[in-house]
Amino acid sequence: MKKHSSQPTGPVADFLAAQESKGLLRFITCGSVDDGKSTLIGRLLYESKQIFDDQLATLSQDSERVGTQGGNLDFALLTDGLQAEREQGITIDVAYRFFSTDRRTFIVADTPGHEQYTRNMVTGASTADLAIVLIDARKGVLTQTRRHSFLVHLLGITNVIVAINKIDLVDYDAAVFESIENEYREFSRDFGFTNLSFVPVSALNGDNITTTSAAMPWYHGPTLLNILEETDGHILSPDKPFRMYVQSVSRPNQDFRGYLGFVASGSLAVGDSIQVQPSGRTSRVASLPSFDGDRQHVVAGESIQILLDDEIDISRGDLLCSPESAPEVGTQFEAFIVWTDENQMMPHRSYLLKIGTKTVGVMIDKLKYKINVNTLEHLAASTLELNDIAVCVLATDRPVAFDPYVDNRYSGSFVIIDRMTSKTVGAGMIRHSLRRDSNISWQHTSIERHHREELNHQRSATIWFTGLSGSGKSTLANALETRLHAMGLRTYLLDGDNLRHGLTRDLGFTTADRIENLRRASHVAQILNSAGIIVLACFISPFESERTSAKEVIGQDSFIEVFVDAPIAVAEKRDPKGLYKKARAGELPNFTGIDSEYERPTSPSIHIHTDELEVDAGVEAILQHLRAQLLLP
Amino acid sequence: MKVQPQSQLSHLQLLEAEAIHIIREAVAEAINPVMLYSIGKDSSVMLHLAQKAFHPAPLPFPLLHVDTTWKFGEMIEFRAKMVELVGADLLVHQNPECIELGINPFDHGSSVHTDMWKTQGLKQALDKYNFDLAFGGARRDEEKSRAKERVFSFRSDKHVWDPKNQRPELWNIYNARHGAGESIRVFPLSNWTELDVWQYIYLEAIPVVPLYFAKVRPIVSRDGMLIMVDDDRMKLRKGESIEQRLVRFRTLGCYPLTGAVDSESVDLEGILTELFTATTSERQGRLIDHDGAGSMEKKKIEGYF
Repeated sequence: MKKHSSQPTGPVADFLAAQESKGLLRFITCGSVDDGKSTLIGRLLYESKQIFDDQLATLSQDSERVGTQGGNLDFALLTDGLQAEREQGITIDVAYRFFSTDRRTFIVADTPGHEQYTRNMVTGASTADLAIVLIDARKGVLTQTRRHSFLVHLLGITNVIVAINKIDLVDYDAAVFESIENEYREFSRDFGFTNLSFVPVSALNGDNITTTSAAMPWYHGPTLLNILEETDGHILSPDKPFRMYVQSVSRPNQDFRGYLGFVASGSLAVGDSIQVQPSGRTSRVASLPSFDGDRQHVVAGESIQILLDDEIDISRGDLLCSPESAPEVGTQFEAFIVWTDENQMMPHRSYLLKIGTKTVGVMIDKLKYKINVNTLEHLAASTLELNDIAVCVLATDRPVAFDPYVDNRYSGSFVIIDRMTSKTVGAGMIRHSLRRDSNISWQHTSIERHHREELNHQRSATIWFTGLSGSGKSTLANALETRLHAMGLRTYLLDGDNLRHGLTRDLGFTTADRIENLRRASHVAQILNSAGIIVLACFISPFESERTSAKEVIGQDSFIEVFVDAPIAVAEKRDPKGLYKKARAGELPNFTGIDSEYERPTSPSIHIHTDELEVDAGVEAILQHLRAQLLLP
Repeated sequence: MKVQPQSQLSHLQLLEAEAIHIIREAVAEAINPVMLYSIGKDSSVMLHLAQKAFHPAPLPFPLLHVDTTWKFGEMIEFRAKMVELVGADLLVHQNPECIELGINPFDHGSSVHTDMWKTQGLKQALDKYNFDLAFGGARRDEEKSRAKERVFSFRSDKHVWDPKNQRPELWNIYNARHGAGESIRVFPLSNWTELDVWQYIYLEAIPVVPLYFAKVRPIVSRDGMLIMVDDDRMKLRKGESIEQRLVRFRTLGCYPLTGAVDSESVDLEGILTELFTATTSERQGRLIDHDGAGSMEKKKIEGYF
């Protein structure tokens, strides 16, 4: 950062000089409603003079109106920002607070403690350098203390302060403090808290928060604020290998190609070698231009721009790293997943994964076990609900570069995004890569799809019929195949019912099984297309996300989605296989349209209302579309 | 507890890097981004950070000012100067309905004025130009409901914010995916405080509107606020008189709704000294926050920035 043009002197200059060397510490506070967490933060803000007169006036009004501290200031009201929270007296979301002392600036993530808010706590912990775990001295180590500590450990925080609060309510008894300390040390032994300290405090009265308490002569340690000021555990480490995910490529003119990004770890200097992953190409740093002039050296925590010696192919999402210490590259890895969405996780469903700045398709290949966050027991599970934590095997559709989370928080973490709702449905921390995929490579063959298509004198594609049972998919597809066959084209009709006699015999009709069924069917369709054959695929395929996955497997240009639409009453009346009757009688659970949802396609290639249109007209509509797409002569 | 050497970067350098990362990430993922430019000090800092993020390339988005026709005259002059200096594309939107109805803070009150000109005006402008992502200079330390808002904050196709249904935002991975019609507000200064903003302006020599500095100005004391008479649209009430008073503004907006503070701080050094010893928060000078408890949260849900 450049200096002010005129050389300032006096108190402001002294103050700013002090600010220049002042670091930043981000921490999280963990505890439940009654542990006094919000009170502690309110106290820290108050003691460090971060509460202004007008806020104090509002606070005293609020304290009288809804406070829980009698006539005293209720510091918790300062941090419980959303109206609903003030009314219910609980902290629902993560709130960020800011305060600074002469030595340091702090960002506090105030997060809720209830089990149903695990995702919020995980969010707050993800960027924290340190955690304060609050324990009510009267209650000691509770289930929630264990849960919070496990989450702190899971998110990779190694600096932990255990604040034993409400010590005034146990008469400042040293024995209570020691027994809690011993118990905590015992159960957290395997959590890797390399910097662990214990402080007896009263957030309400201010004991040992910023000043040493006269009421506890037996405690000789530092105050809570002392520890916050002196701990150094910044997650942005300049000593680790260089890592930077490319955010974008800047090309203001022909001669300039700058790679923009945030240095997640390590340092970089002009002349250093650099490797691009997953491509593995290498180059050398030519210059590090910036708004404030060219830089010679940059470190973790900076947003920079790199120019390289060679014009090599680099795009958004690539990981630039030091060649001496390359990251893992692969398509399969094992990770901890925290599920953050109300909709449950479906193994084998195709989601998006964003790691650094790269977004790829992903599926959870295997759910190894779920973790009971209170007892740390491993539990078998087939799906994940909101706030569940599990160890899973993930498979991406393209290679990604990463490090284990314990080695690097920024290149070892990712979020999972739902393709349909666009919500962040999960967060993950990579444990290790799975070597299996490095032994499986794609065998290149000399004859490719287009050769086979040429021999067949046709272009191959998949016409995917989706719709309710009885909507007329098979009838329509059969009529279309008859026409195509008569035209001398090579076709194959893939029917969901027929596949269930063999390839998918092991699958039922639960959501998870339907997803796997469609995954297999899409790959068969893709293989047939590669063989130069036109595929007609008839599957109810009730979920948009699986139809999207099918489209990706088969290829966007080769995928024609036909929505075979009939009102459920019409389909039920037709009931060619008597299935609706059985479903209504309760003999067929998970029947689409009855007790399992059908998500209507939002933008199908062709939409056919079979209750209004004759079969031939439907076939004609599809043929017309195929000609327009140049798939038919 | 073991004491280790401090991290090499100062907290302002870290905040700067974080904001630049956010701006670049938003631009990389958006289809049609825009930066809301309100002319105030936070906008000045945000614009400066955007220049840094893409230098030597030009800004990859236009600036949008949702104008109310009631801004201080000096703000409009400053706006023209900055646009020229930075070489940015500026779009100015004034709600035509407000022009037609003559909406003003004196006759219609601060709530109606702010809602019609700013909230509705902003929605109109975003819809008109089809922006799917808009940068705003809001900070989490400004107000309690802001403290819980994400850096990437979602709006439905009706521009509605749902505070209970925010996406979890972990590490520095931002999910900017959204459906058609939905949009994102992005706040690169989320983790900055008022003091950080002023320190940064000082260190980087960033231009700001001169109204932030103390000067003798024509002031009327009304409803406990010091209002500057910026033009002849302000009519004096019975018993009021204009007094020449040495004041400055801690925040800028529509002049009839923005209270001045008595101050002798004629330069940045003065402002910083004042801030080290400040006893009131900057939003106190804003009328809209005093409308009732939770008023900012309510406004935000309705689409206010």
